[in-house]
Amino acid sequence: MMWRFKEYGDKIAALDDTGNAVTYTQLEELSDIFRKFAHRKLIFHICRNAVGSFAGYAAMINAGAVPVMIAEDMDKALMENLWNVYQPDFIWVPSERQAQFRDEGAVYQAYDYALVDVKETPDKGEELYGELALLLTTSGSTGSPKLVRQSYANIRANTESIVQYLELDETERPITTLPMNYTYGLSIINSHLYVGATLLMTQYTLVQKEFWEFLKSQQATSFGGVPYTYEMLKKLRYFRMELPSIRTMTQAGGKLTPELHKEFAEYAQTAGKKFVVMYGQTEATARMAYLPADKALEKAGSMGIAIPGGHFDLIDAQGNIIEEPDTVGELVYKGENVTLGYALSRSDLAKGDERGGRLETGDMAKRDRDGYYYIVGRKKRFLKMFGKRVNMDEIDCLVKEKFDGIECASTGVDDTMYIFVDNKEVINSVHGYVAEKIHINSSAIRVKYIASIPKNESGKTLYTKLEAYYD
Amino acid sequence: MSNKEKYIQAFVETLSIEPEETVGLKYQEIPNWDSVGHMGLVAAIEDAFDIMMDTDDIIEFSSFEKGMEILRKYDVEI
Repeated sequence: MMWRFKEYGDKIAALDDTGNAVTYTQLEELSDIFRKFAHRKLIFHICRNAVGSFAGYAAMINAGAVPVMIAEDMDKALMENLWNVYQPDFIWVPSERQAQFRDEGAVYQAYDYALVDVKETPDKGEELYGELALLLTTSGSTGSPKLVRQSYANIRANTESIVQYLELDETERPITTLPMNYTYGLSIINSHLYVGATLLMTQYTLVQKEFWEFLKSQQATSFGGVPYTYEMLKKLRYFRMELPSIRTMTQAGGKLTPELHKEFAEYAQTAGKKFVVMYGQTEATARMAYLPADKALEKAGSMGIAIPGGHFDLIDAQGNIIEEPDTVGELVYKGENVTLGYALSRSDLAKGDERGGRLETGDMAKRDRDGYYYIVGRKKRFLKMFGKRVNMDEIDCLVKEKFDGIECASTGVDDTMYIFVDNKEVINSVHGYVAEKIHINSSAIRVKYIASIPKNESGKTLYTKLEAYYD
Repeated sequence: MSNKEKYIQAFVETLSIEPEETVGLKYQEIPNWDSVGHMGLVAAIEDAFDIMMDTDDIIEFSSFEKGMEILRKYDVEI
């Protein structure tokens, strides 16, 4: 059993801005329901930051039902693709949206959510791997049905180390700022469920008055944010706000600029709060590194050290471990939170561990003399767009598939994507199409015309040459 | 350009919409008016009228019409 619901009894596990609340005892009861209907079954979980979504997730994990965490606003075509590939047994869905999937078949309803039997054919008897706990999309937005397979042991290991380094206890009241289907948002839920804390679930965003009212009235103690969250907070003059209940701010989902890192570290020090920069990936359940709050200022710009139970190596181009400080290599992580592997089909859900606790992160990093790590670049071509990983090669394919005969090269910096096309006519349609497909604000995507995409003799696109055309 | 034209222009440019789509528009009603779009919109309006909006006004700016009301505080009549 992952969470000790019985131990926390009638304490409130989560409450939301619609007035719903759920106690730990009620989570135990809900687990019994899921165990009865859906033990070792695959459930598409349509996520929103509300009690129903939270309670369903917590109960499924304890009941041995396996959720695929799906963003409520997921692109329809991608959703259909996932459905066809994975053939869920059930969905856990906001009641008012049930009809979009099935008119009938609800076997249980609670907290404005419904558990709906959606099996189209009798059980084909395809087993889920016994240790498989949870499935998460990665970048996921470009049409790939690729899922990350996480085990119970992965979640437990990562949760225990997060609880340890953030020193979490039952007095915590984190407020949601990230979606539940996003590994960072989920890790906040996991670690707080583990210690019997109370989660404050809201669908409002930082730029809405209702968010701040909920934070204040419910005495939130912490929140997490991606780099863009911290840029918004600065613009909202967060440093001048009176928020005495907030103890801790965490940051992950991409690298904060060293300047912003320093500003928040200074603020935290003055205001007597903790600011904790962290590093992770869905492939490592959630977290791999953290920068201890008391080092936030001294080591601003660093992603910190490996979490308790984890270990980093830097590997050079020949595959050798780099021992010298300040030398760049690929960051390789070892720990029990390294996930089982990917799934691309339903039959992959029967697979066991393919990684053996070792993950090549694809990030290039260096280590200083004191043992602190700094991300300096990436091995693979992807951007973090508002915390979400987007693969640039997938964007190129997406555009080329949709717009026949177009040459295209996508590149950019975090939070700003550049797509170069060799046809002026399609600029607007490419812009709209990509923004819609990947669910990114179109102001963060720039589509530019270039007479010909720069390539080398063997036809490989020279992306660095395109940097000259950035705004 | 009149204040009204400048105001509409800020919406059109930052949210990639047509001028006629601005009336009655609310936060999160279209994909581009999310939190990212909101910050872009606020910045464009601040530039257009050479003002600095207070936090309370930024988080209360929930619709096209509400924005006009807020701007009055900054002596911008639309």
